[in-house]
Amino acid sequence: MPKTIIPFGPQHPVLPEPLHLKLTVEDEIIVEVFPALGFVHRGLEGLVIHKDFQQMIQVVERVCGICSMIHAMCYCQGIEELMEIEVPPRAKMLRIIWSELHRIQSHLLWLGLFADSFGFESLFMQFWKIREKILDVNEATTGNRVIVSVNLIGGVRRDLSAEQIKWILSNLCWVEEEIGRLESTLMSDYTVKKRTAGKGVLPREKAFELGAVGPTARASGITQDLRMLGYSAFDWLDFQPVVETDGDCYARSRVRFREVLGSIDLVRQAVSKMPGGEIRTKAKGRPEGETCTRIEQPRGELLYYIKANGSKNLERLRIRTPTFANIPALLSILPGMWLSDVPVVVLSIDPCISCTER
Amino acid sequence: MFKMTPNIIHNLFHQKATRRYPRVVRPAFENVRGALFNDVAKCTFCGTCEVKCPSQCITVDKTAGLWIYDPFACVFCGICADICPSESLHQQSEYRLPLAGRETIMLKGEPKHKTEKTAKLMKEINDDTKD
Repeated sequence: MPKTIIPFGPQHPVLPEPLHLKLTVEDEIIVEVFPALGFVHRGLEGLVIHKDFQQMIQVVERVCGICSMIHAMCYCQGIEELMEIEVPPRAKMLRIIWSELHRIQSHLLWLGLFADSFGFESLFMQFWKIREKILDVNEATTGNRVIVSVNLIGGVRRDLSAEQIKWILSNLCWVEEEIGRLESTLMSDYTVKKRTAGKGVLPREKAFELGAVGPTARASGITQDLRMLGYSAFDWLDFQPVVETDGDCYARSRVRFREVLGSIDLVRQAVSKMPGGEIRTKAKGRPEGETCTRIEQPRGELLYYIKANGSKNLERLRIRTPTFANIPALLSILPGMWLSDVPVVVLSIDPCISCTER
Repeated sequence: MFKMTPNIIHNLFHQKATRRYPRVVRPAFENVRGALFNDVAKCTFCGTCEVKCPSQCITVDKTAGLWIYDPFACVFCGICADICPSESLHQQSEYRLPLAGRETIMLKGEPKHKTEKTAKLMKEINDDTKD
C-alpha cells in the first residue's frame, strides 16, 4: 500500500496544546514522524529586555501554567546565586512544600489526561477530583490556584501558620486515601494494561542516547532525578527516586503514580523538619555574571541559563524545558506503532508545549 | 459485578463530589488574591504600583490624581498590594465577576503633595489649565 501522510495536531482531541506531528503511515503503521512546533511561541525569553529582573519572576511563571512555581523557583535560585544571597532555611522548606504540591497536581492532571487518552473517562474524572483538593490547598495557602506567585528573590512571599500546616496534612491524608482507591484500577485493570503495556517502548540505551529526562527516563530504568542533588533543602530530606525498567507507556504511568505518593511523603517530611525564622532576605544590588541552574520539574530536568551585566535588565535568559528534551525520544518510539496508539504514546511523555515554546 | 458493587454502595451513601455551581458557591478562603481595590482616600498617587506591576495594568497620573487600572490585563500576582507604601491597595478574597465587555477602572482622588516643590509645580499646572 502506498504511503499516506496523516497530520496529527495541532488541534486534536487528546492534545490540550498545539503539537503537530506529520505521520507517514503505511497500512495504519507509522513509518516516519516529522514534528512541527512554534504555534504558540511567545518570546518570553526576549522579555528580559523590557522587564527588570524582579518582574521576570512573574514572566517565567507563565512559561508553564502547571509547574509555574518550579519555574519561578529555578529562576530565583539562579538570581540568588548571582547576587550571593543566602535564602533562609524556612523559605527553602516552604519552597519545597509548594513545589511538591505542584508536582502532585501536575501528575494528577497528567494521570487524568492519560486515562482520557485511552477513553477511560471515569478514571479521568476521579483523578481530577483529587487534584481539585490540591488546588484548594494552593489557593488557601498562596492566594492563587495554579500560578501561585510565592517566590521572591531572597525567599518567599507567604508563610504557613501551624493551623494551615495541619489543614494541609489532613488534606494530604484524604488525597492519599483517594489515590489508594484508584491504585488497583490504574495498576491492574485489564483495559488500562491492554492499551498501555508494551506500547511505545523506550529502551534504556536509547533513552540515554537521546537525552530523555524526568519520568520518561526513569520509566526506562535511568536513575536520574535532580532532587538527588539536594538543591534548595532537599538534602535535609530523605528522598529516593522512583524507577521502573519496562520503558513502556504503562511504566511511565506507574512512575508518575508512585511519584505522587513520594511527593506526599516529601511534603510530610518538610513539614516535620520545618525550621523557624525569617522567610525572606532583603535582596540588595543587581545581578552580575552568568549562571546555570537545574531543577526537577514534574516533567523532568529544567535548565535556566542567566547572564546578567549588573543592570536592571538581564542580558540573556535561556530556558531549556523537559518536553523539549523528550521530543527526540518521542519521535524515536513512534515508528512501527499502530496509528490508533499514537494519542496514548504522545501523551505518555507528558508533552507541555507552552513550556517548549516559551 | 463484584468489583462494582462496593462502588455503587459507596456512591449511594456518600455526598456528591460536585456542587451545583452557581447556586451553591464554596466560601472563599482567607487571603486569596481576588479583585484588586484601591482606597483613593488613602492613596498618595506615588506611582510605585505602576513601576512594580509586571503586567503594566496600572497607570498613575500623579498630577491629576488619577489611578487607572485595567482588570483584564491584571495577572493577580499581588505585588502592588504587597509594596503599596500607603497601604491603600488591597485584594479582596472574592474574584471579580465575568463581564460581557472590557472595562477600565478609573479612580480620582486628591494627590498629596509632600514637598513645596511639588506643590508649586502643581499650582503652576493648575494655573495653566485654568487659562
